[in-house]
Amino acid sequence: MAEPLLEVRDLKVSFRTEDGIVRAVDGISFTLDEGEVLGIVGESGSGKSVTMMTVMRLITDPNVIYQGSIIYKGRDLMGLSRDAMREVRGEEIAMIFQDPMTSLNPVYTVGWQIEEQLNEHNDLKKGQARRRAMELLAQVGIPKPEQRIDDYPHQFSGGMRQRVMIALALSCNPDLLIADEPTTALDVTIQAQILELIKNLKREFGSAVVLITHDLGVVADVADRILVMYAGRIVEEGNKEQIFYDPQHPYTWGLLGSIARLDRPRARRLTAIAGQPPSLINRPQGCSFRTRCPQAFDRCRAEDPQLTAKVGDGHLDACHLSVEDKRERRDKTINPELAETA
Amino acid sequence: MLAFIVRRLLWMALVLFAISVLVFLIFFATPGVDPARQMAGRNPSAETIKSIKHEFGLDRSLPVRYGLMMKHMFITRDLISYGSHTRVIPEITSAAPVTLSLVFGAAIIWIVFSILFGVAAAVLRGTVFDPLLMILALIGISIPVFWLGEVVNLITQSRLHDSFLFSWVPPLGYTPLTQDPFMWFKQLIFPWLTLSVLYIGFYARVLRANLIETESEDYIRTARAKGLSERRVLFRHTLRTSMITFVSLFGLDFAVLVGGGALLTEVVFGLPGVGLLTFNSLTALDLPVIMTTVIYAAFFITLASALVDLVYAWLDPRVRLA
Repeated sequence: MAEPLLEVRDLKVSFRTEDGIVRAVDGISFTLDEGEVLGIVGESGSGKSVTMMTVMRLITDPNVIYQGSIIYKGRDLMGLSRDAMREVRGEEIAMIFQDPMTSLNPVYTVGWQIEEQLNEHNDLKKGQARRRAMELLAQVGIPKPEQRIDDYPHQFSGGMRQRVMIALALSCNPDLLIADEPTTALDVTIQAQILELIKNLKREFGSAVVLITHDLGVVADVADRILVMYAGRIVEEGNKEQIFYDPQHPYTWGLLGSIARLDRPRARRLTAIAGQPPSLINRPQGCSFRTRCPQAFDRCRAEDPQLTAKVGDGHLDACHLSVEDKRERRDKTINPELAETA
Repeated sequence: MLAFIVRRLLWMALVLFAISVLVFLIFFATPGVDPARQMAGRNPSAETIKSIKHEFGLDRSLPVRYGLMMKHMFITRDLISYGSHTRVIPEITSAAPVTLSLVFGAAIIWIVFSILFGVAAAVLRGTVFDPLLMILALIGISIPVFWLGEVVNLITQSRLHDSFLFSWVPPLGYTPLTQDPFMWFKQLIFPWLTLSVLYIGFYARVLRANLIETESEDYIRTARAKGLSERRVLFRHTLRTSMITFVSLFGLDFAVLVGGGALLTEVVFGLPGVGLLTFNSLTALDLPVIMTTVIYAAFFITLASALVDLVYAWLDPRVRLA
């Protein structure tokens, strides 16, 4: 098997605070192959953004502590000098952020901002960067790019700005594109367009994509493989079919149960996972999810479940329940009303 | 653009008119204020006061008096001071270059040093230099300019004047730039430094706060994600957007100083500028001079605020008019 594009090994990211050390990411490992789309799913504070910000080395907080390694194309990014890391950022690994309204600098034209990145990583003649920027704007579906290139970010709508952000990210043909909740700040119709765009461009540019989201519905369509994160750890990992049709971790069941679905009888109300995520300063003993887990039993309190393959073939989960128990119980969480009628 | 300029000029005329009416009313329509009595000297006879009133047109109705004063100020340009009985307009035009020289020089110094200190403090945040620079800035803001000026004079003109350090410092006063540029510079260097200390401190603190605020903006993270160097992120992204507040403050402070706000520095260093003129006219209740200096100051302030708006639009495309 070929070497993976990105390999994260036992990454831990903590922040020193007045209340103690916050373990935002607590020992996660995963790999990403070239051209693959990996979805990272979890609720706010589960460590998904921090993980990918760490890959980009974009965390500027002076109180941050790292452990572990991030191997990109055989090089450990954690060990790179600032200048070497700059070469990687934007050129090899690019990132799209959550809020397109604030992610572009308001005082420069969008063309200027794309050209700035092109010039940073390539030796281009004066007109070349501009032509390329115009091409990119056309590729991400901005109408009349030859006029829009001289517009400022505030003259674009949210969806159009996110398109500009995507153009910016793809400008240097990155091998890895990290999209950090790229559709969260957009309304639903625009969300679908942006996802479609990322999907198409991924094909065109051949980049691998890491798609961070709290919405399983978003990754359902795009991702090849999915990581489910909870409280700074991976609780389940598998390909799309495995996660959606044979989910193993009760937290994944909860996430699946929280999706509003049109192809099922309408529930009286949307279900949610009860309770709050645990404190990342004082993690509860045993399984981190047990405080919110309706299935929790004695062993969950005593022993921290490890991420292991129980159903085989790259499908990992961190839960003490036996596979049979899980398969029997999960419909109640994912779709209680359907389970009742059945 | 043309519409903006025309609108601004009309606005300026309106502001100047309003200010002139207000100042006129304050000094003429306020009970107990009688310039004629003031001019007539000690124990004047009713006759003398009456003749003075007539001579200066003080016995006419208020609107007529206002109209006459404006006519003398702007049309015939022969407004006469009540105090010195000289023409006011030449007094202003000879005082203005002094103030302009003082304020321009000080402004250059304060812009350069406040940006230097503000950026240094923001970049060195987390080290001991940041609080050190900010304490220094606070001291600069807190030192009264007249005290600092006197101390500077004491050192350069008296105590250490004979040492090699300050033997080149000329006596206090002003030499026009056109007459002897080197002398102009030597006489103004200490006033410049003294006047700029307060502003360096103030602007450095404001700039540092703005830089730190901008640093946490999403688009700065984007700039880093693009792989730009820290230097480029700082100067092209963080500093550029932080300058917006800086520029608006600068425009107004500069205008206030040109309009006579540098009074204390002018007095301490014996510079016959607009501030000194305003101060003297206020103590003597010399209305024509007060009126002229106020209008002169108002002119610069409205002009500066128009210029600030222009620069602001250049710095921040979001406020540009379509």
